[in-house]
Amino acid sequence: MTPTLSDYLMLSGVLFAIGAAGVFMRRNLITILLSIEIMLNAVNLTFVAFGRALGSADGQIIVFFVMTVAAAEAAVGLAIVIALYRHRESLNPDSFTVLKW
Amino acid sequence: MLFYVFASIAVVASLLVIAQRNPIHSVLLLVASFGALSGLYVLLDAPFVAVIQIIVYAGAIMVLFLFVVMLLNAPVEDTEYDQKVHPLLRQGPTRFGVLLAVALVAELFWALTKGGGESGAFAGGAVSSVRTIGRSLFTNYSFAFEVTSILILVAMVGAVVLARQER
Repeated sequence: MTPTLSDYLMLSGVLFAIGAAGVFMRRNLITILLSIEIMLNAVNLTFVAFGRALGSADGQIIVFFVMTVAAAEAAVGLAIVIALYRHRESLNPDSFTVLKW
Repeated sequence: MLFYVFASIAVVASLLVIAQRNPIHSVLLLVASFGALSGLYVLLDAPFVAVIQIIVYAGAIMVLFLFVVMLLNAPVEDTEYDQKVHPLLRQGPTRFGVLLAVALVAELFWALTKGGGESGAFAGGAVSSVRTIGRSLFTNYSFAFEVTSILILVAMVGAVVLARQER
């Protein structure tokens, strides 16, 4: 049987849930950034699936912009990770608590 | 049929990404997940997105991650407790994460099955040639496209400033 729109949406929802769970469960900055990438990809899949269902190319164009934002986010996020690691010699977000008080 | 192959590869690889201790394994598994997603884009008649998924995501962003992981050379786990207990089975906020993920999937499943039978198979006729995308990108979306270049420039400058050694 051929996959329908809701199959793609379901898959996208599962991937987004995996990414969200990763952000909440893992205490490693690199893995948290990777989980954010998983969530961005789940959203991209939704855009492409809806674009295909509606017969429009706009979904793919929005995916292009999402990828640009993801690249910028990864670059800045990894730069912050490097700066934080220089300060504390740790990648555990629980050890960066100076902004709390 | 191919959909289920790619979908299961993507889900399993993503699950393994958040279950690995070693970040390098996580990054490589995420590349596998992106490859499967790229196959799904081909199935959705979106070859342009499939190709830039491989080139930009797997080729550029993930290599950036690999660079940083290898540059930092951080220990995989900080404390003894972390070494003993698997990252997904620890106490504290991880329980909340599992709860959130399960709730999200259940809600989505409920919404999609409740929605009625209008979500049939896709209509025929692919519209999304690269020509269509390019034309649309440089006419309707030209302002957003130009703003994107400024975003990339700002991110580049910001990354250099943030990661610079201060003397």
